Amino acid sequence: MNTTLRYRPLNLGRWLLWGTTALIFVLAPLFSDASFALTLLSQMGILIIFSLSYNMLLGQSGMLSFGHAVYSGLGAYIAVHALNFIGKGTLHFPVSLLPLIGGCAGLVFGSIFGYVTTKKSGTTFAMISLGIGEMVFACVLMFPGFFGGEGGITTNRVVGSAVLGVTYGPAIQVYYLIAAWAFICMIAMFALTQTPLGRMANAVRDNPERAEFIGYNTQRVRYIQLMLSAFFAGVAGSLSCINYEIVSAENVSAIRSGGVLIATFIGGVGLFFGPILGAILFTLFAIALSSFTKAWLLYLGLFFLLMVLYAPGGVAWLVAIQLPVLRARRLTDLLWPYSLAILAAAVCVIGLVGSVEMLYHAALESGGDRHIQWFGLNVDVRTPTPWLVTSALLLCGGLATRYAMQFVQRRWDTIQLALRQVAT
Amino acid sequence: MEFFLVQLFNGVSYGLLLFMLSSGLTLVFSLMGVLNFAHASFYMLGAYFAFQISTWTGFWAGLVVAPLLVGALGMLVERVGLRRVHAHGHVAELLFTFGLAYLIEEAVHLIWGRAALPYHVPAALDGPLFQIADSPYPMYRVFMMLISVSMLVAVWLTLTRTRIGLVIQAALTHPDTVQALGHNVPRIFMLVFGGGAALAGLAGVIGGAAFVTDPSMAIAVGPIVFVIVVVGGMGSLAGAFFASLLIGCLQTFSVSLDWTLAGLLTTLGFSMGPDTPLWSVWSIKLSQAAPVLPYLIMVLMLIFRPRGLMGTRDE
Repeated sequence: MNTTLRYRPLNLGRWLLWGTTALIFVLAPLFSDASFALTLLSQMGILIIFSLSYNMLLGQSGMLSFGHAVYSGLGAYIAVHALNFIGKGTLHFPVSLLPLIGGCAGLVFGSIFGYVTTKKSGTTFAMISLGIGEMVFACVLMFPGFFGGEGGITTNRVVGSAVLGVTYGPAIQVYYLIAAWAFICMIAMFALTQTPLGRMANAVRDNPERAEFIGYNTQRVRYIQLMLSAFFAGVAGSLSCINYEIVSAENVSAIRSGGVLIATFIGGVGLFFGPILGAILFTLFAIALSSFTKAWLLYLGLFFLLMVLYAPGGVAWLVAIQLPVLRARRLTDLLWPYSLAILAAAVCVIGLVGSVEMLYHAALESGGDRHIQWFGLNVDVRTPTPWLVTSALLLCGGLATRYAMQFVQRRWDTIQLALRQVAT
Repeated sequence: MEFFLVQLFNGVSYGLLLFMLSSGLTLVFSLMGVLNFAHASFYMLGAYFAFQISTWTGFWAGLVVAPLLVGALGMLVERVGLRRVHAHGHVAELLFTFGLAYLIEEAVHLIWGRAALPYHVPAALDGPLFQIADSPYPMYRVFMMLISVSMLVAVWLTLTRTRIGLVIQAALTHPDTVQALGHNVPRIFMLVFGGGAALAGLAGVIGGAAFVTDPSMAIAVGPIVFVIVVVGGMGSLAGAFFASLLIGCLQTFSVSLDWTLAGLLTTLGFSMGPDTPLWSVWSIKLSQAAPVLPYLIMVLMLIFRPRGLMGTRDE
């Protein structure tokens, strides 16, 4: 008689968390019926899968990849061809499950390229992944027969017989398809972090030498992790193929790879939900901001650089370190320093944005027009006054932010000290 | 024969230019463990600075001042940014330089616009220098080789014959001991980083005039330099030298050759035609495949000789 004692209480917090996530996915499009919001949400869903899959490499296994778009892009190409075959009637497959095809394609390409890239880790891995990315991008332009050259391959997602009235004609149906896949992939990727493989990936990230001594082949752990991550990247790629009905060379480009890296890092690589936050922020940056200004890439780059320098754990980390303070009911002590810092930073940002916008105006769009309309202000970029004002704002804001951050730091240190004394 | 000689000269001059880039990258990598993603951005900045200076004072002032400016900028980047993220490890450093590359490209858009700049070879160097068989060979290509070689000799002499060079070499392998002996190792790092940036800037000055000066020049050359460092062996200067010449010649030769796999197989006795399976693969011309070849070499090298041509460390 061998009985194993099991203690498995109901993890209420987890059920609540996932339930709320599902609810958000279902309810999100109901708050706004504008098509713009729906586009935004669909893109967010796709990028959430993509950046979570990227974080399987960067955050969980310590592999900094500059070529992750290879897997999502090639997955998208396979998916677009599959979708075209479904359209012609040569292939019978439900469109809803198309991401499975793309995912498997990603898995196959991951097993091919990953064999080469995962031979190395760290910095060398980063360089090789960049090289592979460039190689695939060049190949895509070399074979216009399969990849469609610069123009890419177009498709039509309204094919096959409608299941329960779902044709994927209206954008709302596509959104719910993306949301469903995003939710499933989130759960799957979270579950993966709880498996022995997920734990070994963390070990290989933190101390590969020890992992080898325990008897694990670090290269194989990295390889498997990369293949699985490539699967989810392929899923994200095929969802983007369904969403946009076009796949072009841009899908495998270094711009895409850099984008997912930035999104993931901004969100935070150390925590599972970090990339989700990052995907949301990045999409807001990319879509919302790019409709206002052409300098959005510059702002994104600056934001990224500031995060690398001052908050290497990303936004998720910034949120997570507030929780113990909140629990100890000390967050109110920080309200005043925080609001000061935010105010100072806002002044700095206004000065920066003003200067940059005027520079852009003078350099790029100066087709005779030298005036910018800002909130009813008519600014002439040829006169020195606006330049002086924005520079002064930038300088004063910067200095003020510096002092405010020192203030925040002092308060923060006092609170941390107090918390530690309570603990001991 | 004539074609071969001209292409060989072109390949060697391009390869030497690539080595000016990869030598700085390799030195910085072996000294600090930092893979400088923004290295090609310094190359681009060199070209843009030189253009700006050349509009004021002419080409020659740009040749001297622009690399110095880029070097100063490199030192500033090391001092202000890189040293701060150093504590977070190599991945953080790589991410920092990645963000920097992003930012430099956008800043170049901001200041000089998106179009290519009219940055040309100076009149004194424009024209043929000598004849190879019947075709004239441009003087500027020879000038490029001259600059690259003299710069490399200068770097080599600095590294092996001067006091600071010996300290740098010692810091490569034993930074702690060098520090204990009273040398300021962080300052050496800063100098080397600035020096590498200045070399890249110089390559940009002469390369920008020979090829094209536009905001995509960093992205065009950056991955190639990475390939060179991997193929040559991480941290090996000699390896980087041979890999640069190899890739330089390979790229120059392949863009002007129309060989195809189908042609090769036909001469071997196979009958090939548009009906053959995978015809789109067999009929790719070597000139079409040229952009892929460096990466292909990198992949093959990683499979068959993972430490590169002359690498000493295998992870």
